[in-house]
Amino acid sequence: MIGQGVLKPSYTQRPGFFAGILGMMAALAGTLLVMGFVATKEDIELRAREDLQRSLAEVLPAGGYDNDPSADFVDLPRGDQPPLRIYQARLGEQPVALAFEQAEPGYSGDIRLVMGVSMSGDIIGVRVLSHTETPGLGDKIELAKDDWVLGFNGLSLTKLAEARWAVKKDGGEFDQFSGATITPRAVVKGVKRGLLLQREALGAAQLEALQIQSSTERMEDKP
Amino acid sequence: MSCADNKPRYRELWGEGLWNNNVVFSQMLALCPLLAVTGTATNGLGMGLVSLAVFVIANLLVSMLRGVIPSEVRIPAFVLLIATVVTLVDLMMNAWLHELHKVLGLFIPLIVTNCAILGRAEAYAYKNPVLPSVVDGLAMGLGFTLALVVLGASREIVGSGTLFANAHLLLGSSFAFLETTLIPNYGGFLLMILPPGAFIMLGFIVAGKRVLDRRLKADHSTQTPQPMSC
Repeated sequence: MIGQGVLKPSYTQRPGFFAGILGMMAALAGTLLVMGFVATKEDIELRAREDLQRSLAEVLPAGGYDNDPSADFVDLPRGDQPPLRIYQARLGEQPVALAFEQAEPGYSGDIRLVMGVSMSGDIIGVRVLSHTETPGLGDKIELAKDDWVLGFNGLSLTKLAEARWAVKKDGGEFDQFSGATITPRAVVKGVKRGLLLQREALGAAQLEALQIQSSTERMEDKP
Repeated sequence: MSCADNKPRYRELWGEGLWNNNVVFSQMLALCPLLAVTGTATNGLGMGLVSLAVFVIANLLVSMLRGVIPSEVRIPAFVLLIATVVTLVDLMMNAWLHELHKVLGLFIPLIVTNCAILGRAEAYAYKNPVLPSVVDGLAMGLGFTLALVVLGASREIVGSGTLFANAHLLLGSSFAFLETTLIPNYGGFLLMILPPGAFIMLGFIVAGKRVLDRRLKADHSTQTPQPMSC
C-alpha cells in the first residue's frame, strides 16, 4: 500500500475527495481525447474519402469518366430504409455510369457490396467491401480469394432473365461454392436488387430530375 | 514482484514478461483478443504491437499518477486511463496507419477490456517507479506479442499453409519478403482458422511450454542448486 504508516490528512478519507480526484482525472482524459480527436479528424475523413474513391474506381469503367464520383452523388429515398446514395460517373457532362453501396444479410452478418452499372443497365463490376462470412468457405466472394465475383461483369436484367438471377442450386445461373450456398446466394440477391433499384431509379425519371438538381449544384460549386 | 525490496531487477522483469509469467501462456489472460485475431501471424503481430503500445503507455501513466490516485478509487481510475489511451491509439491508427486499422479496426476498442493491461497497472505500475513500470510494460507487451505471433503462425501454417500472408499491409512493401507459402497447393484445414482451432492450438502450445518448463527445472535442480531468490 502506498503511504502506509504515513499519517494522511483526514480529508483524504472523505468520499468527496475520491470523487474529486476521479472527476479531475475524467476532465484530464476528456481534454486529451478532444485534442486527439481534433488532431486526427481531417486525416480520418481524408482516409475514408480515399477508401470510397478506391472502391468506386474498382466498379466504374477505367478512364471512361472524368469527374470525381465520390463528390457527385444523389440520395435516392427508399421508403423506411435509409436513402441509397448513388454516385454518378460522367464524361463531360454526360452521365456514363452509376455506382452505389448496399448491404445484404449473408450467413453471418451483412455483406457490404459496391457495384457499378452503366446507363444501359449492364454491370461494370461488383466488389465485396466487407463481410464476416466463414473464412475458407464463404470468403470466395472476395476478389483476392477467387474470381467468382467477376462473373457478374457485363450482365444485365435484359441479358439474363430475372428468374435466372440465383445460384445453380436454386435453378439459377451462378455457381455456389462447395460448403457454402448461403453466401453466394446473398451476393446474387444483392446484385439483382441493385439492378432493380437502378432500373427503378432510371425508369421513374427520378434520376433525370436528380441530374438536373445535381448539375445545378455543380454550377453553384463553380460560379 | 514477490520480492520485498523495491530495487527493480530488469532481467527478472524481462524473464517474467516473456516467459515465466507470460500474459497468455502462464497467466491465461487476454484470451479474447488472442483467439479473435490470430488467424494469421500478421494479424497477431499487428494486434500484439498495438497492445504493446497500450501496455507501456498505461503503465507509464499509472506509475506517474500513483501518488495522486487514492487506493480506494484506483480501479476506476485505471480503467479511465486505459480507455483514454486505447481511444487515442484507435484514432491515431485510423488516421495514420489506415491499412492496418482496416484489418484490426474491430478489435482495437476491445483492448480496453484486455484484463492483462489492468492487471499490470494494478499489480506492478501502481507500486513501482516510472522506469521499472515502463520496462514491465515493454516486457509484458512483448510477451503478449510473442504469444500472438506464435499462435497466429502455427494456426496459419496448419490452416492455410502460408506464413505472414499480407505482411506488406502491416509493415509496408519492404517486408513483403516475409510472406511465404510453406505448403503449395494446400487445400487448407478450415478448423484451424476458425475460433475452435485457436483453442486447440493454444492448448498444444501451453502443454508444450509446461513440458519444457518441467524439463528445464529438472535440469537445473540436478546441476546447480539455486540459491533461494526472495
